[in-house]
Amino acid sequence: MPSIETHALRKVYQPPPARGMKKNAPAATAVVALDALDLEVTDGEFFGLLGPNGAGKTTTIGILTTRVIATSGTALVDGIDVTRDAVAVRRKMGVVPQRPNPDRQLRVLENLVFHAAYFGIPARVAAPRATALLEQFGIAEKADVKVDTLSGGQQQRLMIVRALIHEPRVLFLDEPTVGLDPQARRDLWGILREQHHQGRAIVMTTHYMEEADQLCERVAIVDRGQLLAVDTPAALKKRAPGGTLIEMTVDGDAAFLAEAGRSLPGVLRAEAAGDVARVYAERGGETVASLVRAAEQHGRAVTDIHLAPPSLETLFISLTGRKLQ
Amino acid sequence: MTALAIAPRADTLWLFGALLRRDARVVRRELPFFLVRTTLQPLLVVFVFGFLLPRMGFMRGGYLGALLPGVLAISITLSSVMSVAFPMIVEFGVTGEIEDRLLAPIAMEYVALAKVVSGVAQGLISALVLLPIARLIMGPIEGLTVSHVGLILLLTILGAAAFSTFGLWLGTTVNPQQIGTMFGVFLTPLIFFGCAYYPWQGLSVVPVLKYLVLVNPLVYVAEGMRAALTPGLPHMPVGAVVFALVVITGAFWVMGMRTFRRRALG
Repeated sequence: MPSIETHALRKVYQPPPARGMKKNAPAATAVVALDALDLEVTDGEFFGLLGPNGAGKTTTIGILTTRVIATSGTALVDGIDVTRDAVAVRRKMGVVPQRPNPDRQLRVLENLVFHAAYFGIPARVAAPRATALLEQFGIAEKADVKVDTLSGGQQQRLMIVRALIHEPRVLFLDEPTVGLDPQARRDLWGILREQHHQGRAIVMTTHYMEEADQLCERVAIVDRGQLLAVDTPAALKKRAPGGTLIEMTVDGDAAFLAEAGRSLPGVLRAEAAGDVARVYAERGGETVASLVRAAEQHGRAVTDIHLAPPSLETLFISLTGRKLQ
Repeated sequence: MTALAIAPRADTLWLFGALLRRDARVVRRELPFFLVRTTLQPLLVVFVFGFLLPRMGFMRGGYLGALLPGVLAISITLSSVMSVAFPMIVEFGVTGEIEDRLLAPIAMEYVALAKVVSGVAQGLISALVLLPIARLIMGPIEGLTVSHVGLILLLTILGAAAFSTFGLWLGTTVNPQQIGTMFGVFLTPLIFFGCAYYPWQGLSVVPVLKYLVLVNPLVYVAEGMRAALTPGLPHMPVGAVVFALVVITGAFWVMGMRTFRRRALG
């Protein structure tokens, strides 16, 4: 049974009505954040939403966690419609927000005990559980301090503990590793893997392709509110245009480079966007040399060369013509 | 996935109680600051107008009977507005920390209602603290009676409810940057044109003003307190006061819930 389903999910943000002095200002246009999104996450799956900023990832999480009302379409969590019975949906999920938002009026342990209470768990059950989780997450000694004294990484861990305190069926995380140092990020990955092994479904948004690649069982690539591809990371990487992606920047229009690339042996695909040419080639090194020669023949100077092995990133670039970050 | 040892409570009333217990914990911790914030200004008024000026011979004794209920009304309204509006502004603002309650499996009306109920409780607390201290500072007050305890309590709760729901609306409408303006523009005129420092009947000297101030909710709290504490002095009929406060509470609840929903949902 799918844990999460969305059908033709659409969200349009209307601009705020112009008021008073701003009457003559150019009218703001509506923003389509999500456009007919269909997703399916199975029970216990580790699912990733990968896309650049503004792709609609946070809006998707917002709708699924009942905090954003969809303009049209349906979204079900554990078979329950998020708009029809938001309260029942909330009972099933834990949410880790993009920016830590602990209750600053409460101490660390109180944050957890009260959050549990909002989910109907009495303090005598929640307190020992919270203490054990704080222990497990390495912030047990902070139990009685003000949350403001925690570091960014510690606050992030507190948010995860808070999302887990009521044992949700589904854990939602919105860009959980943004702003974390590499060590904290790896720690978080370990924590999420363990939660997943315990059978919890996890839906995570990220714009780090290696994060999606390493953690998720399936990844949906989204951009501009649309689903571009969804599959396992391995299958997605196979769909990436084969070979190495060579990105070469020149001091002018790069169209000639793409054309030159297409005539080279072992080149699978070549395209240009402004001063950047993107060439997918089986033999990276040789092709680079040929491309540099082609640029010289056209009297163009090469200002930057970037090589990337086949990855979710190269797939994303081939699908959208843009980079993830 | 480990299961919880016991099934969580799902009844709304218990979850609502948890929201209230959270506020109670915060208020208890902040109590001294809260009392200073909400009773200092009224007590200073009591000291200047109810202690110094009469001794200097500028004030006739009869004024104290009109002043005490008004000052009590100010304290109730200030504490109720502040204890709802401030947390709303902060928690919906930059920190977004109200989210942990909006994610609770309970209709969001209860999250707002919990704030209003805790605002009413805080209005009650400051009334209980202010009344005896003010009476001590002022000394014996002609015509003062505390025998209508039920009426005092009813009007305190209704006044606090009117201003807690007002705080709900204000706190979900105003931006954090506008807090200062909010006090200058809203609360100061509200207090000075709230019939707190003079009885409403006295405004007959400026008839236009007498009817204009009727839009001010503080007028009804102050006049109601006069009806309860100094019934011998001129005051509005209790029925009219109760009716007005119920209508104001209802109206601000509807308006406040509309802006609350708008802030809570994207």
